[in-house]
Formats: sequence, structure tokens, C-alpha cells
Amino acid sequence: MTISEERRTMIVSRGFGERRREPDPSLPPGQRTTEDFPVMSAGPTPVVSPADWRFSIATERGTAEWGWDDLMAQPIDDVTTDIHCVTRWSKLGTRWRGVSLDHVLAAAGGTEQVSAMIDCYGDYTTNVPIADLVGGKAWLAFEFEGEPLEPEHGFPVRLIVPHLYFWKSAKWVRGLRTQAVDEPGFWEVNGYHQYGDPWREQRYW
Amino acid sequence: MSGDWLPATVIDADWPIPTGRSLWVRVDGWPGNLAGQHVDVRLTAEDGYRAERSYSISTHGPSPVLEFAVDELPDGEVSPYLVHDIEVGDRFEVRGPVGRYFVWEPAQTGPVQLIAGGSGIVPLMAMARARRDSGSDAPFKLLYSVRGEPYAYFAEELEQLRGETFGIDWVYTKRAPEGWHRPPGRIDRELLEQLVIPAAEQPSVYICGPTPFVEAAANLLVDLGHDPARIRTERFGG
Repeated sequence: MTISEERRTMIVSRGFGERRREPDPSLPPGQRTTEDFPVMSAGPTPVVSPADWRFSIATERGTAEWGWDDLMAQPIDDVTTDIHCVTRWSKLGTRWRGVSLDHVLAAAGGTEQVSAMIDCYGDYTTNVPIADLVGGKAWLAFEFEGEPLEPEHGFPVRLIVPHLYFWKSAKWVRGLRTQAVDEPGFWEVNGYHQYGDPWREQRYW
Repeated sequence: MSGDWLPATVIDADWPIPTGRSLWVRVDGWPGNLAGQHVDVRLTAEDGYRAERSYSISTHGPSPVLEFAVDELPDGEVSPYLVHDIEVGDRFEVRGPVGRYFVWEPAQTGPVQLIAGGSGIVPLMAMARARRDSGSDAPFKLLYSVRGEPYAYFAEELEQLRGETFGIDWVYTKRAPEGWHRPPGRIDRELLEQLVIPAAEQPSVYICGPTPFVEAAANLLVDLGHDPARIRTERFGG
């Protein structure tokens, strides 16, 4: 369809657009910026103390388990990144501290498998391709804007995979299992996209 | 499932509360929706500028006529237009339905506790209507927290649903009606213990509202012994 054809077939809302925002090139399509930090969770907030926190890393080579001290013994990255929620808010330039998933997977001897299922306290799950977890693209984060995570934002540890819609950045993580096939997680079976690239607007099935 | 953008025409609109509007739209080609699902809304200005938002739907089933309610956000871009400017006959686009978790289906026969804060009533209203329209006799209770009487969406329709197996409890946070049996205030442990279907009866619980309301209600219910796996939440403010 050419632009003029699209214009002709466009459904216009009379009088809309007076309060429009300046377009921001760092925003993926259909997103808007927010200064708040909205909470999206399917259930109650799990209560997990750092002392009780465990993270298991299960691959075809076996299972490793980390506690809080093991996480803190890893190299820690300072990460500044934009985040994009499928419910259409984006938050620009957020600051996190965490351990790169490169170290997490290396600790388990690496993997040849294609995908990981992320498991959480509260039984949330989400699937992420291994290629999207390695190469400095994903972290086990424990600080947001210089403070420990808020309970409703994943305390003590959450995943961040900021180049995908934020439901992939699972809160209250307790492990990952590599998988030979990219099986879907919780929201992925409940209507949301298997991969979730905000720049391609992969919101839903 | 969510498919293409579909044309929606406003067929009715009113202001059930001073700060929000109810919009009825006809959507040609709407595939129907479950009680509790969302819809994406896309507005296009005359010069092609576009904005998109998500709204919960208060209707359910195969009908191409949908209702949703919009609260005006003080600094909003889309909500002031939908609350004040759009008129019957105006058009925009919708896509959906979205979400398959925060839903109630008539095949569920167990007890259901609905807990709404403000316009969080919208998806729960769809569930209440689905129960009525399906003839379900699943025991329902609704706890609906509002600032004051004028701020309750669907007040009249809800009162008509009240019955032996559909309990309704109003909670007023700022101003209670004259002679109301409880002083205004936010939900707390004692109130939930008194008004919510007890954990022992294993109700499915649906909570929707602003984040602090949902956090408080969900945490208190877990504290009161409800299984977290039976508590479904939807928080807005996003």
C-alpha cells in the first residue's frame, strides 16, 4: 500500500491529537514514556530474603546452584538501558546492577541448547533464546537506581533482558533450565508473543 | 489471536462518574472476548499522528458491541480525548482481545471473590455479567473500594446483581454515605478477614486496581492463608 492509499483508508478520530507528545526516536512503535515504574504481575508478590534465595542453573551438562553470596562473588556490571513493557510504557535510561548471564551460563559449563526457561518464586515462567541471554544482553539484576529492588519489582533478584518486552525480564527468579526446543512460558501460553521484540511490535500471538 | 486493527464506532457514551467515561463501541469483525480481557485502542489524528493504549473490557462473549471505561489521567494524552472530546459516531481502531490469564469462564464452578479498586472494576464487571448471562450459580462476592459513592462505576447494575449467591461489599476510602456503618478508610487485614470468602473455601480471587491497592489486597490475603496460586492480579498505572 502506498502512503497516499494508506491515508485514504485511514480511520481518523475527529479532533484527536491536540495533546500529542513529541516523537522520541528511542521509543519503539506504539510505546510512550513514563517516569513512574508501573508494576505488572499476574499474582501476589512473593516474599524471598537474600539469605533464602537460590538460583539453579540446569543445562544438559548438569545442575549448578547459586546462593546470594555466589551471585555477589561474580563480576558485577553497571547497566544503563531503556525498558519497554508490552502494556505500552517505556522507561528510558534506567540504571541497574547485576551479573551478566554470560557468567551464569559459564558457571554451568555453557550450553549447546537453543533456549532457556526462566523459573521464578511464585511459579511465573518465561522462555528466552540462549542467543538473547549471552553476549552482554541479559543480567541477573539486584539493584535498580542504586537501591535494592522493591519487593513488587522482583526483590531480591530479577532477570533483565532489556532488548525484549519486559515480561521476559522475570521477577523473583529462582533458576533457569536450558531447553532443546523454545517451549513457551507463562505469558507466552496466555496470549503474548513467543519472542517479544519491541521494535517489531511482537506483542501478541 | 489479536489479529488486525478493526474499525470501531462509538455508539453510546456517558459519564457514570465525575472523572471517567463509559464508551460503547461497535467493532466490525470483533472475534468476541472472554470476561476479563483487554483491547488495544489506536487513535489517528487527521495528519496521521497515532497513539495506542490498552483498556480492559467490561463486556464479554461474541457480541461486536464492547464497553470500556476510561479514567481521565491528569497529564494524559489519550484519556482526556476519550473522556471529554470523542462523541457518538466518531471512530477509532481496536485490536484484540488480549490476555488469557485474568479471565473467568462460566465453566468455572468454584467460589469467586472479586476485589476492585476504582476503575479496576471494569474487567471484574465483565466477569459479573458473564456469570449473570450464563446462568452460572458459582458463588460470587465483590468487594468494591471507591473514594465515595459518586465514584462507583456500574453502581446500579451491580446492585441489581446482588442476591443470595452474589454478595457485594462497598468500601469507601474518603467519604462514606450518610449513616454508613463503617468510617471511610482503606482496606486492611480486619476488613478483608470480615468481607472476603475465607481461605478455607478456596475461592478464586481476582484483584484489579491501582498498584498500591492490589499489592495491599494480595499481600493481606496471602497473609490470611489464601493460596497465592489462586490469586490473580491486574495492576494499572502503566
